[in-house]
Amino acid sequence: MNPEFLDFEQPIAELEAKIEELRYVGHDTEVDVDEEVARLREKCRALTESIFSKLTPWQVSQVARHPSRPYTLDYIGRIFTHFQELHGDRCFADDPAIVGGLARFEGQSVMVIGHQKGRTTQEKIRRNFGMPRPEGYRKALRLMRLAEKFRIPVVTLIDTPGAYPGVGAEERGQSEAIARNLQVMAELRVPIVCTVIGEGGSGGALAIGVGDRIMMMQFATYSVISPEGCASILWKSADKAPQAAEAMGITSVRLKELGLIDEIIPEPLGGAHRDPALAAENLRNALSASLQTLRGRTVDELLENRYQRLMRVGRSED
Amino acid sequence: MSWFEKLVPTRIRTEGSPKRKVPEGLWEKCAGCGAILYRAELERNQDVCPKCGHHKRIGARRRLDLFLDPEPRTEIGAELEPRDVLKFRDSKKYKDRLSAAQKKTGEKDALVVVKGQVMGVPLVAAAFEFGFMGGSMGAVVGERFVRAVETCLAEGIPLVCFAASGGARMQEALISLMQMAKTSAALGRMARKGIPYVSVLTDPTMGGVSASLAMLGDVHLAEPGALIGFAGPRVIEQTVREKLPEGFQRSEFLLEHGAIDRIVDRREMRDTVTDLLTMLMRQPAIRAD
Repeated sequence: MNPEFLDFEQPIAELEAKIEELRYVGHDTEVDVDEEVARLREKCRALTESIFSKLTPWQVSQVARHPSRPYTLDYIGRIFTHFQELHGDRCFADDPAIVGGLARFEGQSVMVIGHQKGRTTQEKIRRNFGMPRPEGYRKALRLMRLAEKFRIPVVTLIDTPGAYPGVGAEERGQSEAIARNLQVMAELRVPIVCTVIGEGGSGGALAIGVGDRIMMMQFATYSVISPEGCASILWKSADKAPQAAEAMGITSVRLKELGLIDEIIPEPLGGAHRDPALAAENLRNALSASLQTLRGRTVDELLENRYQRLMRVGRSED
Repeated sequence: MSWFEKLVPTRIRTEGSPKRKVPEGLWEKCAGCGAILYRAELERNQDVCPKCGHHKRIGARRRLDLFLDPEPRTEIGAELEPRDVLKFRDSKKYKDRLSAAQKKTGEKDALVVVKGQVMGVPLVAAAFEFGFMGGSMGAVVGERFVRAVETCLAEGIPLVCFAASGGARMQEALISLMQMAKTSAALGRMARKGIPYVSVLTDPTMGGVSASLAMLGDVHLAEPGALIGFAGPRVIEQTVREKLPEGFQRSEFLLEHGAIDRIVDRREMRDTVTDLLTMLMRQPAIRAD
């Protein structure tokens, strides 16, 4: 099995393997395989389209967690220039599970902050699988305050399984760190654009997710608890994660229907990892449009809209 | 009914005789020290064990009843009822879970908000009902809390909240997560107006409630021995794969680590809160030192 492909993608993997084989054979023989390769490629594209047009929420969450999916620093490298990473919470430590810093977006200053997962085993451990400790949230808070001081818009990229459940994290006030961010972000006097690029895991995601415009990449997920966590509590078995994913409505499409997010950013066929450049391009366009709209608003308008948007969540329409 | 009982002919089957039962509810075993306590005496003592000081969990109504002056009292947001927007269903339907919780507790949802007074000081008090789906925060809890804050803003009176919650309500999925942001934003407005907010953390205050409204007080009080934290101890144990230290995530642990201001005995809550609020609002003392 090719680890690049998820289990529901195996038919695509088989087809791709066949294409590779054919091309390999084509090198050695006189037979012209180009036509056959082209035919198979088209079949593969159609197959991918058909599989991805009807993904279950559980399958979407597997795409959102795909090991090759672009992470925050990948997008920063493609979308922003002059990125100057800024480290540390000034109190305790620097948390590598959250990265942030000043950068230029289309030439203008922005403060970009995001969860960061690791690619290699070593980096995964160093980044704590993208699960921040309180110092990560406090670093994010410090950078947002800095942005506010110099009237620089904030862009956040969300991709975390959740805040880290550890002894030290509790000792240093995980709850308070998250709560403080929620409150400060609700009244930060600069535009904030938040995008869930992969996993939007619970309070750990929301802690950098309060803003004026909330977007999600097409195959990202956003939920109050992981499908596995929800399943093990409500169904008493983590095996029921697919059902839990379904019940919670964690996909961009469902959350847009519910009015909880503003925009879905389309991903390349087969997911962002199949064509990171195109995924980044789409994200860039969405950010550009959002920032442009928000720059036109006064601070008071911005804050009132942001506040009213939060107050509306869960209010019955009648 | 077990397979064996099914084999027994109906006429031989006997139902458990009520005569054998020990009269219920007269005595109660303390969860702290194991002492057998006379229920009436325990209640007179605000459900605090007279032997060891263990603070028993109490419901929202009783909490407010113990805390507020008998008069005046006006409930806020009582008309709000939970809705099953997602048509959520696990092993049971969310709707059925709601009905069961409503029947069990007599509450519509897990937060009760009352405008009243403590020693004559006007305030709004909110209390979580842990018996209602673990005091979990969904849309109604969030909205009632915001109404509490709005009342405080409109009347310039302080807010006291008694938290007791397992966290966000999974059955309302992302809507419940957003209540964290909603309640925190509302508290921000109150903070800017200079209206005091005292957060009282009671057993247990976890997850999304702990990581929002409960940790944003001007003053954080906790009842003795309350479990307070973000991640549950079992989740942490599974993650770090080691035994957790004794007293981990208890009030005393939080005090030691600087997360709360004071641990306050339930029986002294009225006095403590009154003193704090009157001093914060620069009002004359109401009771003797």
